[in-house]
Amino acid sequence: MDPIHQFEIKNLFPITHIGGAEIAFTNSGLFMVIGLLVILLLMLGATGSRAMVPGRLQAVAEMSYEFVASTLRSTAGSEGMKFFPLVFSLFMFILVLNVMGIIPYTFSVTSHIIITVALALLVFITVVVYGFWKNGLRFLKLFVPSGIPIYILPLVTFIEVLSFLSRPVSHSVRLFANMLAGHITLKVFGGFVTMLSAFGFLGWLGAVLPFGMTVALTALELLVAFLQAYVFAILTCIYLNDAIHPGH
Amino acid sequence: MAGDARDERDGDREHPPTDEAALSARLQRLGERLGHVHPDRPSDSSPGQRPTADPSAIARGFRLSTELVAGVVVGAMIGWLLDRWLRISPWGMIVFLLLGFAAGVLNVMRAAGVVPHNTLEPPGSGSDN
Repeated sequence: MDPIHQFEIKNLFPITHIGGAEIAFTNSGLFMVIGLLVILLLMLGATGSRAMVPGRLQAVAEMSYEFVASTLRSTAGSEGMKFFPLVFSLFMFILVLNVMGIIPYTFSVTSHIIITVALALLVFITVVVYGFWKNGLRFLKLFVPSGIPIYILPLVTFIEVLSFLSRPVSHSVRLFANMLAGHITLKVFGGFVTMLSAFGFLGWLGAVLPFGMTVALTALELLVAFLQAYVFAILTCIYLNDAIHPGH
Repeated sequence: MAGDARDERDGDREHPPTDEAALSARLQRLGERLGHVHPDRPSDSSPGQRPTADPSAIARGFRLSTELVAGVVVGAMIGWLLDRWLRISPWGMIVFLLLGFAAGVLNVMRAAGVVPHNTLEPPGSGSDN
């Protein structure tokens, strides 16, 4: 009945040792592999037939493509489309893992901050590297707003730099915290159901309330799972836009 | 709004490296070909209306929740590290916590769309997402 128990990492089998630390294949890794297989099957199944009138699978794949493509195009312009593979991979990976995590007895990979930090840092480093590679030192103009009196310019620049550095933090914490909190809430209300139903008939009657709550929360979690994947993707687009068009 | 102003400026910027130019050319050709298939898709020169069932309003709400905290946390972290390295405790913490708070507020205002994201263009020319 421990609501945190579901986030426990279990080693399934050891892979190798690096510097005395055991590197094992964990249940987190297992669910990442399952998620990848789901995405792979979806995409292969969708592109296998290539019908003019899409079937169900193909419609799902085309809708997800159109959704990410229009988001990216409206946020980062047509130049941003060269980052489409990155954004689409991130979106599908997070979406599939979020939704899979709602199914009972599964492990929700995105509720671990190490995963979300890795994804957010991937985006952050991509933005910094591409920004400097494409624009050179002009990229630093991102931190120096124009039209500011010279005597407060250093202060404003400091604040801009801090604001830039805080991006990967908020980017990763948002996804992690939403998934963690949602799953704990679900587990707590589910725990109420089993505890109340141990008290006989009246307990069963009382358990209807938290049970209804669990059903409603599951629906809410489904919305949150989609929205968090969308928020992660659109923030990736916004950050990439800074690398493509800095100083605007 | 945003897209066309940017695209015009990008046109007369320095030439990107060749492989990137080839990639853009391929993307443009693909876009032209797709334009025949999807005549209803808005071209890049005329950014069309966003769909009415826009999830970005809820998404923006979700963004706000962590922006302020992130700014403060990063400021506190930098301040703490400076204190340790330069042994100027507690001044690094004091200064950077305040700066981090300012950055957090800036983050929130940007996420809410109160302050434009772009800072180099004069206000009012308004190209923001």
